[in-house]
Amino acid sequence: MPRTMFDKIWDAHVVRDEPGEIPMLYIDRHLTHEATSPQAFAGLRERDLRVHRPESVVAVIDHNVPTVPGRRLVDVVDDQSVMCIETMEENARDFDIPLLGMNDEEQGIVHVIGPELGLSLPGMTVVCGDSHTSTHGALGIFAVGIGTSEVEHVLATQCLLQQKPKTMHIEIGGELSPGVTAKDVALAVIGRLGTGVGTNHVIEFSGSLVSSLSIEGRMTLCNMAIEAGARAGMVAPDDATIEYVRGRRYAPTGELFERAAEQWKQLAGDPGAHFDAVHEVDLGTLTPQVTWGTNPGMVTDVTSTVPDPAFEDDPVARLETEHALEHMGLTPGQRLQDVGVDVVFIGSCTNSRIEDLRLAAQYVSGRRVADGVRAIVVPGSMTVRRQAEKEGLADVFHAAGFEWREAGCSMCIAMNGDRLSAGERCASTSNRNFEGRQGRGGRTHLVSPATAAATAVAGRFADARDL
Amino acid sequence: MEQFVTHSGIAVPLARTNVNTDDIIPARFLKSIRRSGFGKNLFANWRYLEDGRTPNPEFSLNRPGSEGASILVAGENFGCGSSREHAPWALREYGFRCVIAPSFADIFHNNCFNSSILPVALESSEVDTLFKILQDGGPTTFHIDLSRQIVTAGAGDVYHFEIDPFKKSALLEGLDNIGWSLKHLDEIHAYEQRRRQEAPWLFTEKSAN
Ligand code: SF4
Repeated sequence: MPRTMFDKIWDAHVVRDEPGEIPMLYIDRHLTHEATSPQAFAGLRERDLRVHRPESVVAVIDHNVPTVPGRRLVDVVDDQSVMCIETMEENARDFDIPLLGMNDEEQGIVHVIGPELGLSLPGMTVVCGDSHTSTHGALGIFAVGIGTSEVEHVLATQCLLQQKPKTMHIEIGGELSPGVTAKDVALAVIGRLGTGVGTNHVIEFSGSLVSSLSIEGRMTLCNMAIEAGARAGMVAPDDATIEYVRGRRYAPTGELFERAAEQWKQLAGDPGAHFDAVHEVDLGTLTPQVTWGTNPGMVTDVTSTVPDPAFEDDPVARLETEHALEHMGLTPGQRLQDVGVDVVFIGSCTNSRIEDLRLAAQYVSGRRVADGVRAIVVPGSMTVRRQAEKEGLADVFHAAGFEWREAGCSMCIAMNGDRLSAGERCASTSNRNFEGRQGRGGRTHLVSPATAAATAVAGRFADARDL
Repeated sequence: MEQFVTHSGIAVPLARTNVNTDDIIPARFLKSIRRSGFGKNLFANWRYLEDGRTPNPEFSLNRPGSEGASILVAGENFGCGSSREHAPWALREYGFRCVIAPSFADIFHNNCFNSSILPVALESSEVDTLFKILQDGGPTTFHIDLSRQIVTAGAGDVYHFEIDPFKKSALLEGLDNIGWSLKHLDEIHAYEQRRRQEAPWLFTEKSAN
């Protein structure tokens, strides 16, 4: 029977699947960070258990790290963050797990460093106590976010207890003009299909638009699959994927790589494979997207206006829109390009890879951040940071008036001290515009790095294509 | 894991859709290495006024009669967003044993079972009826019977729900998942041995240092 890519990866990882039970799925790579793992390690200690396969685990400190240049432990925002960091260090030491600590030269956001270092490879199962684990799916991986009890379970057994999710195929057509990116694609797809469309499903993305995306662009798309409610997002490996992986620090080498690559080429779904749900989205000539509300599906074209709840037929949706506009401090019918911003944040596991920074720098080069706007760039990893410095991008950002930071989650989640104050409006390249996500009372608009750059320069939402 | 067999308790409405885990417990309260201490910050941004301390009288959990509520009724896609298990921990510590909604986000749904909270998915129209009961009559006692898979609400209206049989029996028995899986350690080792041949690059001894 023809199988989807997901079916193939699933089948290769089932350890046990008996009627009336829940399947046991083997996990190849377990990434962990300081924010969601302490209770899991504490659980192992209580049970007097060891980690089943420590070499399959890599720990990183990313959520609580300060991003000020030359950061040290004294820069950590508060005692609780220090506690989280030190607990991760202690757990890594005691359980013999490699750790990329705050000052490690390969430190970075967990979902940036996985692919970057070749820790996540096509065909793998990857878990992390973090919903945006879906990012790794861009390489043809079943990568899934799990809760802390499941983190403990995988540490102890190398397996996840998991019902097989349903499969969904989303075929995306259309084309991207310069200044329009994978982020706009992700937002537009969620805007059209809804934030709950993927619930219980693993989404395989394909289509002409998806194939045309770089591997990093595919990561942005799969990163946002969770915002469509999906268990995971995936793109089948192609030649670009294999070239992306080749030579990565922990990727196989020589003959072993060639053997692996042969298998990776077989991962794409078979023609005629059955999906439980299928969507086709033709984005045509896509316009840059900006969210106006408090979930990623509340999105529109940068050239458009804030919606009017009065035109919403569904009473629940009308109420949601009203709530959202109230929080966001927006008026129905207002032109987005008339809305001024206080902060521009370029960073997060959605958009902080080298291509994102290159793109943003392109629009910033030779220009200045508008008066009164605070603009910061937080590279996704220290490797990205070094690369950007080497290419002169850091200088471009500096010259324009951006702050150039060290790697971490930073203002995506506002745990490390980088955050919005109540009422502040932010154009952010992150993935969640939830109320208070970037600081209590903060107002988040999700955008691409190109839109963020253009907006920083204009001081209000701007269309990078006009620059 | 704590057992769940039957439960009677006060139900309260949270008539919003897409309630996310940042709403349930904002990230600034996650910085703990323990499983407890989150209950007081459940729904912190909605539950308290600007000062972060004074209860917001508008919020449904703060309305008279809601004290001691243990069943939450909410709109679709409840628990979307991050994987933080702190969300069900906060709900449990506050006193909730059950959340009823038309649909749940996947990771949250899994996390509930590991935190001994029963997520009950009912039809949208049924949840709407429950909202109506709670809005018209104020907080009301509901009864949940997991083995029969039913919720009894208001004037004795009975609603049936579906649930994964393994997860159901795990809750009924208070099963320890890790203990259960470790009984199959031989199978895990056998799998590893086979995979080592098929895909040796997945088993390089020191993959990172
Ligand atoms: S950058 Fe944001 S979304 Fe990504 S892992 Fe960090 S906190 Fe989570």
